[in-house]
Amino acid sequence: MIGPKHSTFKRILPQLLILAAALAINLVVFPDFFDIDFRNGRLFGNLIDVLNRAAPVAILCVGMTLVIATRGIDLSVGAVMAIAGATSAAVVVEGHGWVTALLAGLGAGALCGLWNGILVAVLKIQPIVATLVLMVAGRGVAQLITEGKILTFSNEGLIHLGAGVVAGVPTPILVWMALGALVIFVVRRTALGMLIEAIGINERSSRLAGINSRVLLISVYLVSGLCAALAGVIVAADIKGADANNAGLWLELDAILAVVIGGNSLLGGRFSILASLIGALIIQSVNSVILLSGMPPEFNLVIKALLILAILVIQSPRISTLVYMLRASGPQPQPDTAPLPKTQKEEAQ
Amino acid sequence: MTHDTGPVLHAKGISKFFPGTIALDEVDLRLEPGEVHALLGENGAGKSTLIKCLTGAYQRDGGSIHLDGQEVSPQSTADSQRLGIGTVYQEVNLLPNLTVAENLYLGRQPMRWGLMARRRMNAMARETLAGYGLDIDPAEPLTAYSVAIQQVVAIARAVEMSGKVLILDEPTASLDRDEVQLLFSVIRQLRERGLAVVFITHFLDQVFEISDRATILRNGRVVGTRVLADVSQKDVVTLMLGRQLEAQVHERKPAKAGDTLIEVDGLGKRGMLEPLSLALREGEVVGLAGLLGSGRTETANLMFGAVPADQGQMLLRGKEISVSTPREAVKHRFALCPEDRKTEGIVGDLSVRDNIILARQASQGWMRPIPRAEVNAIAERYVKALDIRLASLDMPIRLLSGGNQQKALLARWLATNPDFLILDEPTRGIDVGAHAEIIALIEQLRADGMALLVASSELEELVAYSTRVIVLRDRKQVRELAGAEITPENIVHAIAEHDAPTEEVAQ
Repeated sequence: MIGPKHSTFKRILPQLLILAAALAINLVVFPDFFDIDFRNGRLFGNLIDVLNRAAPVAILCVGMTLVIATRGIDLSVGAVMAIAGATSAAVVVEGHGWVTALLAGLGAGALCGLWNGILVAVLKIQPIVATLVLMVAGRGVAQLITEGKILTFSNEGLIHLGAGVVAGVPTPILVWMALGALVIFVVRRTALGMLIEAIGINERSSRLAGINSRVLLISVYLVSGLCAALAGVIVAADIKGADANNAGLWLELDAILAVVIGGNSLLGGRFSILASLIGALIIQSVNSVILLSGMPPEFNLVIKALLILAILVIQSPRISTLVYMLRASGPQPQPDTAPLPKTQKEEAQ
Repeated sequence: MTHDTGPVLHAKGISKFFPGTIALDEVDLRLEPGEVHALLGENGAGKSTLIKCLTGAYQRDGGSIHLDGQEVSPQSTADSQRLGIGTVYQEVNLLPNLTVAENLYLGRQPMRWGLMARRRMNAMARETLAGYGLDIDPAEPLTAYSVAIQQVVAIARAVEMSGKVLILDEPTASLDRDEVQLLFSVIRQLRERGLAVVFITHFLDQVFEISDRATILRNGRVVGTRVLADVSQKDVVTLMLGRQLEAQVHERKPAKAGDTLIEVDGLGKRGMLEPLSLALREGEVVGLAGLLGSGRTETANLMFGAVPADQGQMLLRGKEISVSTPREAVKHRFALCPEDRKTEGIVGDLSVRDNIILARQASQGWMRPIPRAEVNAIAERYVKALDIRLASLDMPIRLLSGGNQQKALLARWLATNPDFLILDEPTRGIDVGAHAEIIALIEQLRADGMALLVASSELEELVAYSTRVIVLRDRKQVRELAGAEITPENIVHAIAEHDAPTEEVAQ
């Protein structure tokens, strides 16, 4: 039998290889890529930058992985980021402390997640349509909160969340790693992961097996909303202001992409948050290649698209079968088929 | 066709390997023109795998296929259709929202000026279907007709497109008696036209009624091909199982009168089931009999809360309870093995282990995970007790054969220690061996004091294990039989009472 540790490694191996390749390309275009300095009580270096810049997408993809595992999708996370950032900024501008501001932002995200969850789980609206509502309306809501301008603030505590350093490490890195570890722990150490996979694979069977699929579905969107809010507050804190128009713009697509690069099926079912997180790092490494190579910026999106296309092609089932067949390179049956028929014969007697 | 002798299709030494198992081991199959050839075997014997290799759905790992003496190697089902091998599956694989004619000619519609010549197509369809004894309007949507007629349309499509070999995979599973006869008359016509028909089913009576020869598979090997006129049902069953099947009809022990567990008073739902009342005692099996659509599944679903009832009440040990969701039902220690395993039972991509533990874990809540060692112990216990055949507990349940999936679902519910177990068609699509085992299990659970409600369309089976039988007709409870009254004849009589046999199937 395969132990759980071994199978986790096997699961994330393709993502690790792709990440290694992306980092290697970084090294080619920028030989000092892996250099890390310690100056003014903070780690500096391109690698640290990748980890730091990956924070918003990494945080988003934690919630997104769970939503996608239930056969859903959450298009609203970018807009929820804007709402949460605006809420926190508005609270802090009013003169409240950063804790209140953070909680207010998270509360706004929870409300958004709840809204999505109810549309999907109770009203049975297709997830892509249900969350599209908030994706479109959310930026409007954020603009109402900021009253149409960029709401800047100078609260040290809040800024610390996005631009601060703890023990030499930029705070966002610690936040996304801690969040990822926490959610992975909760999902895999309780039965939550299995139940989420079950409703993603066959909701009807799961409901008939006594799973409370409605509550689970709502919770999953709630978690996604909370993740989006956390990402939104960090992004706002990083630029010391809430920009309702641009905060988290198109990041829902990066988050979905991270989940897909993580090898999770958009049809729901078995999922790996760890693989999604590596997916987020892969995306950020690709961004880093484009920045470091000094290409004219107008090429950026095209190159990113090509690189990602390449990654997805490598992962496509057709290609993996091809690779498998090339490796097997012969018509002989797999070695592990041999011992079994004997036991079947014995059973038949 | 000119070749007067020689098989239409001759498959030699077909082998197919899956990781961990040999699904087919040098299987030979020889189909003569103008014969109906039954393919028999337990679930997991390799019938479906063989068919999939013949139709190109799977690529075989060894052996050759000769069609009319020429070696062929179909790469896909479309490919095999072109070559002359047509297949019709149990679930009609047509498009319900299109008309009968469109289904018949999909992909090769008669065209005129680049547009579909609808009138010509309808006329062609009517003529073709008349050849099958169907006088229906081909311009009507497919769903306007019964499953049997849809089945015939599917056969017509397959024969028109292919025309050498027709494979029928469990075509009669969801048909009633008259509909089966309609289908058989079509099959006989095709036999006279010189087609080779492969007939796969679990109903041995039907095999002997329609088939000329049978090839019997066991554990991926051919154990024999027999001319059915020369052998008895018992011979065939013995070949399938490799051992003597215990007496089919069980001695029914007198019902031990346990305490009343559940009382149902006027439970119903408008448009689904007329109010129904029954009481169930511990250690009792109540059978639900009736034709397809008579309300058997509806009764099971209402009692389990899979569909909320809109009238009536339920009492558990004398106390009124509400069962409006499966979750509430599970809380009261109810369990339901649904009729449609694939869409309502298994969670296909999850492992067998997870599937077995699912209901118990769900009722404990996600906060209290069952420790892995205990999960393994439970899963292994039921795999052994129910003789579930699998390569590993880690394999996805969808890879198991139908009978083993059904046993795994039973294990899922037995792991919750239910007081009341509802089984909806527990033996549908299951081979003879597993069939006998499940019937024995029902007996044993009853003897252990569980209350069971079993809906089944197989009367002999109901008679074998029921202490009482409730007969349903037109979504209404019409009769209750107990004790010595329970005989197949009485049940049939109760089903047929009042109304004359209707000839709704085709003229």
